[in-house]
Formats: sequence, structure tokens, C-alpha cells
Amino acid sequence: MFAKKGIQAAKARKTGTTIAGIVFKDGIILGADTRASEGTFIADKNCSKIHYISPNMYCCGAGTAADTEYVTRLISSKIELHSLTTERKPRVVAALTMLKQMLFRYQGYVGAYLVLGGVDSTGPHLYTVHARGSSDKLPYVTMGSGSLAAMAVFEDRYHVNMELDEAKQLVRDAIAAGIFNDLGSGSNVDLCVITKDGTDYIRPFDEANIKGVRQGKYRYKRGTTGLYT
Amino acid sequence: MAAELKKAIYPENATIGLPTQHRFDPYTLNGGTIVGVAGDNFAILAGDTRLSEGFMIHSRDTSKIYKLTEKTFLGTCGFQGDVLTLTRLLNARLTMYEFEHRKKMSSTAISQMLSTVLYYRRFFPYYTFNILAGIDTDGKGCIYSYDAVGNYEKHTYHASGTASSMLQPLLDNQVGYLNQEGVRRVPLTIDKARTLIKDVFISATERDMYTGDSLHIVTITSDGVTEDHFPLRRD
Amino acid sequence: MADGGQFSAAPFWQNGPSPGQFYNTPGTNLASSQLPRTYTQQPIVTGTSVLGVTFTGGVVIAADTLGSYGSLARFRDISRLLKVNEKVAIGASGDYADFQFIRDIINQKVLDGKCLNDNYCYSPVAIHTWLTRILYNRRTKINPLWNNIIVGGYDENEGSYLGYVDKLGVAYQAPTIATGYGSYIAQPLLRQSYESNNNNFTEEQALSAIERCMRVLLYRDGRSGNQYEVAIITKDGCQVTSPKPISTNWDIAEYVKYV
Repeated sequence: MFAKKGIQAAKARKTGTTIAGIVFKDGIILGADTRASEGTFIADKNCSKIHYISPNMYCCGAGTAADTEYVTRLISSKIELHSLTTERKPRVVAALTMLKQMLFRYQGYVGAYLVLGGVDSTGPHLYTVHARGSSDKLPYVTMGSGSLAAMAVFEDRYHVNMELDEAKQLVRDAIAAGIFNDLGSGSNVDLCVITKDGTDYIRPFDEANIKGVRQGKYRYKRGTTGLYT
Repeated sequence: MAAELKKAIYPENATIGLPTQHRFDPYTLNGGTIVGVAGDNFAILAGDTRLSEGFMIHSRDTSKIYKLTEKTFLGTCGFQGDVLTLTRLLNARLTMYEFEHRKKMSSTAISQMLSTVLYYRRFFPYYTFNILAGIDTDGKGCIYSYDAVGNYEKHTYHASGTASSMLQPLLDNQVGYLNQEGVRRVPLTIDKARTLIKDVFISATERDMYTGDSLHIVTITSDGVTEDHFPLRRD
Repeated sequence: MADGGQFSAAPFWQNGPSPGQFYNTPGTNLASSQLPRTYTQQPIVTGTSVLGVTFTGGVVIAADTLGSYGSLARFRDISRLLKVNEKVAIGASGDYADFQFIRDIINQKVLDGKCLNDNYCYSPVAIHTWLTRILYNRRTKINPLWNNIIVGGYDENEGSYLGYVDKLGVAYQAPTIATGYGSYIAQPLLRQSYESNNNNFTEEQALSAIERCMRVLLYRDGRSGNQYEVAIITKDGCQVTSPKPISTNWDIAEYVKYV
């Protein structure tokens, strides 16, 4: 649109990402990598992609970093007000509906690709929401540039009623598949376990890569940097 | 540089007035970084071993360092199809030279030949970025860096490839002593250079997604060649 | 000009030039001649992923038997694997006509070799390097053979060999390789299995990893088919198995309910 008038659209920081979620025996597990990239450059090596919606709901974000950040914050605040007025614990469908209606209104220009998970009075729920406003509800979901790698792991090993430890390991392995095989994803694995008894946000759950240890010393003597006086 | 080159090959308005059509793109970028450092009596050439395309890693152990003669090595990255062809062509030319002249080609002669070979394809270039490292006829280490169409220059240190813009300023400072005042310039030793190269690659791997997996270091002295492998991050 | 007038000779043959005139090549004045000459710009009948895995003492490569025509599942039982000789097999994804072209050339090369009766047979690396040159030279003419090819082989001297080459001439060797959608879906699983198994597979492990990957590809790659062939190359020779159907599990289907 602006390009025709010769105005360059600002380049947004996109998160090449692997995010995923599964339903297990006691609730929901969300997972994410922690790399944020600008083109081929790694802009943030340990960013947080699992966003807070409410105590019983979290939301992983892929796509344009600012959009995922603000859209989840906005819906988080709307959910808080909603549960205050209704005097009930919020439901996951409520957050889902708010998110997808907002994203649909912006016709994809708010570039947020989300994995929304939570446990409410009706049980565990897991959704994906695309930037255009469509959504899916599935027992296991993935999003982002590493979604194929992560989904392959789920398709290979997911089964219903998984125990907590097995489920955590499965989500870790799905995110790790993205981290190692997708160049847009990297660094650590973050997990968020949501059950009816509470939420366990584990950051980092696993450091998939150990940073190399530098061997040289790079101290400068005082006065090495020239000063204009 | 890469974008300018592509524009020169495919002018965007080349088909004005004709139906727009998708053109087969004969190039791809396979990523990776190479660094060369020369000292008084040695030259070191190092490159990561990741081969990638788009957001995908093809291979974690494909070296970018190619042996040309006993004391001349070529580090090359860019489009791997051209890399394979270029190195084969160079090896053929070197063999022909050896049979004709009954001696190996010198590093300086190879440096000129590489430029000629690259410029020969000026209007359909080998999309490769090269660093040549060797020992010259005086026994001194030498490094030559090239652009895709054969412009070349002799250096004491140089970085090419996807993380070159991150590594070159660091090398300028640490090897070239640029932007440092009141510092005594110590001649670079092999150990210092090798340590520095490992460290710059550790840093490059942190920030460039096309660099990683493993580092292949080739150290060339007049006494011989040693090769090292050093693991890097794999994400 | 050959206007057929009173004073000019009749044409030599129908639509041909009159005596002393030049033959006018048909089509040279048409608008189509003003367009640039075009070659293969896109694949037509395509095969999807090919997988390859090395194991101790051999290599296995696998491909499903579907030939797609765009989104149409056009041919359901075509082979995308080729046994080159007792040491080498190749598998191709991408344009099926181009694969048949390559297959015919290789078959002829192998036959020519047999006629020499010198017991020589192409090694895996020879076939791989040769294919690299063929595909690279075609891309250089801007007339590519639209394939990703996996070369699998076993040689007493070289051991297990698994190589890749694509339509641009990018080529490499790796212990596990997948092409097409398989490079996003199957390769992560193959690498994970291979690495967690100490970078070492037995033949059984390799075949079971392939089976798992083909199943996931059937679930997730819209251009995949429900049966696949496998080529196993060991010191005992090379054999391409008959197509094997892929078993699937739809237990979770009843859990997929909206709201």
C-alpha cells in the first residue's frame, strides 16, 4: 500500500519460532524456543515467547514479535476485566474469541500466530490462532517456522492421557527438533504446565545448546580507547 | 554485495511490456563463514561446516576449506553448486600447470589464476566468496580475498561469508590493532591466531543463524599443514 | 518476393520458396518468438519426499509411489527408485519425466559398461559425482532437470555412502538425508533417532526409522502416498522391495472436536 507511494514499511522483528502445545492427562503443556531473529541475524538469544493471559491461561506467540506481545497483553487485560465483572474464573474460549475477533478485524496485518492453552471449569483446552483470525482446537498443535519439525515429533509419539513427565519430555523434544533443525529457532526450551491445580512456568526448562567457552582474554588496558578532548 | 549482484544479473524491469513470468533462479545461498589470518611464517584458514538453504540445515559437516596444493588452501562459501565446480576447475588447472611446468603452482600464481577464473564468468558469475591462504615464495604467510567476479586483494586477515560483517570489525581491532591507542603491536603467533579464530567463531555462531555446527581450522606453515576440528553450537 | 505474380516462378513446393528466394522458417514472425526462450520452468508430474539413512554395513533409501499432477493424485503406483547396479541405487523427487530421462541415461551407461565385460561397476561416489555434473550443467544452461536426487550405495572400500544432489548442483553427503517436505518433517526425526543412537544404526533400526517417517509424511505431507518402496544396499547387493502399505492410527480423531 505505502510501497506504491514510495514509503517503505518499517521492518518488524519477526520471530522465526518453534512453539507447541499438547493436552495431557492433567492439563496443558505449552513449549517455546527462545530465539528472536531479524532476517538472518539473531536479535535476542533468550526471549520469552510464552505470554501470560490469566493465571489459568498462557499463550505462545510466533510471527511479528511486537504483535504477539501486544495482542496477548491486550487480551490478558480484557480477560482480567471480564472475570472481574462476571465474578468467574475466565474460560479459554473467551480468550480465544477475543483474540480471533481482533485478529480477523485486522485482516492479517496484526501478524500474530498463536498457541493458546489453558484449563478452566470445563476442562483443558488448546487452540491455535492464525493472524487472519482462523483457529483450530486439537490435542497437539505447533506453530512458527519450526512447526513442521515439532509436529513430526508429535505425530510420531503423541498418545492420549500422557503422564506429566512423559508429556514434558515430548514437548521438550518437539521444541528441540525445531531448535536444531530450523534455523529460525534456537537457544533454550521454555515450558509452561497448566493444570487445574495451578501453573508451572519453567524458564528455561532445558538449555538445548551450551554456549562455547571463549579461550582468549579480551581486556583492554586503561586508555586504549581514544578520547576527544 | 550479494543483493547488488543479484540485481545486476536480474534487472527488475527487464521484461517491461511482456507478460511477467517466473524465471528459474540458477542461484541459491548456502551460508557459512570463512576467516583467514596470515602471520610471518604461517597462514590460518578456518570455516564453519554448516551447509544450509533457506531455514534448513542440509549438512552439519561439509567443510568449506579445500586443499589446492601442499601449501595453498581455498576457503569458499556462497552458492555450493558453484563452489564444487570452481574447486574442480581449479584442481584441473593446477594439475595441467604441474604437468606443463614440472612444479607446483605458487600461492601468488594461484591467487592471480583464481581472479582470472572468476572474471571469465563476469556475466554469469560463480556466486562464491573466496579466501585463499598459503605460504609465498619467501616463506611468509599470505591471505587473498575475492569477490564473486574476481576482484582481489592481499590481506593479513580477512572474513567472508554470512557472518563476515560481524567478524571483520573484531579482527580489525584484535589483529589490526585498529581503534586502539598506546598499544604495543606484538607479532601474531600461531596459538594466538588460532585461539582468536575459535573465539570469533563462537561469537559468530551466537548471532548468525547460518554459522555453526563445527569449525574446520587449517594451519599452514612451511613445515607442513595441521588440521583441527572444533565443535560449535548446533541450533 | 514470391508473390506468385505473372513474372515470378512458381514456388518449389507448397509454402516453400520460389527459385532464388530464401526459405522462410515458420514461426519466426510470430509474437511468441519475441518472448525469451523458455525451458522447464516448473515440474509437471511430481514425486514428493525421498528418504535416505545409512547404517552399519549399508544404506537404505525410500520413496512413496505417488505421482502427483499438481494437487491431483495422478499416478498411484510408480517407482521413484532406481537400482543402478549391485552397489548403488538412486531415488528422485521432483519432476517424474526428468527422473525417467536420467534413469534411461543411467541404464544405458550401465548396459554399455556390461558390454565391455570387464566386471567394472560404477561406485556410489562415481554415480553421485556424475549426477552432480549433469544437474549442474543443465542449471547453467538455464534448462534444469527438476529433481532432488538421493544416491545410496555400499562399496567395500568406501563403506556406506549417502549423497544428495539437487537441480542447482548443490551436493553433499550426510548420514541421514530427506528431500522435499521430508527435509522439514522427516529429517528432524531421522537426525534425532540417529544421534540418540550414538550415530549408529543397524539395518533394522534404519528400516523402522524410515517406516515411522513415511507414516508421519503420510499424515502431514499432502502430496504423499500410502505405500512406499525401499532400496537396501549392503555388501550382499542392492534390492528394491515391492511397495509396502503404510499403517495409520486414527485413535485421536475422536478427541478432535471444536469447542
